[in-house]
Amino acid sequence: MPIDEGLRSELSKSGIFTTTLESIYNWGRKNSVWPLQFGLACCAIEMIATSMARYDLARFGAEVFRPSPRQADLMIVAGTVTKKMAPQVVRLYNQMPEPKYVIAMGACAISGGPFKQGYNVLKGIDRYIPVDVHIPGCPPRPEALLHAFITLQQKIDAQTMRGPNRARHFDPDEPSEFPVPEFGEKDLVPSKNLSVWKPPVILREA
Amino acid sequence: MLPAIDQLKARIESAVPAAKVEIHPNDTPAAQPSLIINREALFEVAHFLRDDPELKFDYASNVTGVDWLDLVTKEKMKVKKVVDGVEKEVEETIEKKRAGYLEVVYHLFSMSLKHGPIILRVRTGNRTDDSNIPSVTPIWRGAEFQEREIYDLYGVKFEGHPDLRRILMWDGYTEHPMRKDYVEPDDYEYEPTPHDDVLAKTKCHWPSMEGTTGR
Repeated sequence: MPIDEGLRSELSKSGIFTTTLESIYNWGRKNSVWPLQFGLACCAIEMIATSMARYDLARFGAEVFRPSPRQADLMIVAGTVTKKMAPQVVRLYNQMPEPKYVIAMGACAISGGPFKQGYNVLKGIDRYIPVDVHIPGCPPRPEALLHAFITLQQKIDAQTMRGPNRARHFDPDEPSEFPVPEFGEKDLVPSKNLSVWKPPVILREA
Repeated sequence: MLPAIDQLKARIESAVPAAKVEIHPNDTPAAQPSLIINREALFEVAHFLRDDPELKFDYASNVTGVDWLDLVTKEKMKVKKVVDGVEKEVEETIEKKRAGYLEVVYHLFSMSLKHGPIILRVRTGNRTDDSNIPSVTPIWRGAEFQEREIYDLYGVKFEGHPDLRRILMWDGYTEHPMRKDYVEPDDYEYEPTPHDDVLAKTKCHWPSMEGTTGR
């Protein structure tokens, strides 16, 4: 049960700090998110710039880019996901331990971008894995990635450990791994995972 | 100094007796003519171009493919005919058919003599079972990946290539996506402002849009 705000401030005036397990757990997680170190295209250059001195992602506790998915909490899909690369991206996601988050960075990662109508590019990584934050832009500026990261921190902060809306990794019914698509004769099989992604419903005026 | 294109043609033909060389003119402002080589003689011609001391084309800058579909052209011709016992000139349209083929284009430069490019074109017999062309990878090592890409995207089979596999698409993929008759998988989802081919696809998936401009 959350503690009453008035009581909390009264207690803090007399030097007693109160908190909940949930808030201290989320506070710890959101300020130490370790991204997976991989880039797919030009967006990766902006991601690298974000992590360097000028934009300094370390201010938000996310400077530890891990070269192994087993040590990472966050997957930044930075760039075009070709159909040949998509199974590897899904496999990397499956190898990350829970809790794990995904930022789809740039027009290609969220929708296929300028290659959407082509034959070799996935029309968005959210066809196969759940995406927490989408960033538009081609490529997005480092400020946009920082904004996405702050949005993700707010999302982590709002997650609960119990209840019907509890975080995904506390729900035993929610899958932690997703099927890796296979190379077919003409396209990936399946071409999308409909349990993760729903086609947009388009309402047009008559 | 690079010799003129007709001199080049003569030198190739005298050095490689099996070569049939045809000058392909270029009417565009670039005015860059090219040489059509018969594919049986390509390997010897390439060897000659690389090793001749006055040519020394030691660098295959670019190897690429072109897909030429079957083409039907109509021409109007004046034909003399006997109409009602009187000889007259009558205009007739004659249909000309040209079978399709695949073409490989080579851009060659000389690094040591600082000249180039010359452009070679080599054509296959047809677009299906007779699509072999000798590989020039043993002559210019840099052609290896470009020939793999042409094999992947156009389906030209290079004889003598050391490692002819797909390079961009995956093994097990059966199509050649840069061919003009390639049909991509029907995975249309949604396009906010469709136009041209995409609009036609949109109308297939959203029949209520028939007769609209797509908005």
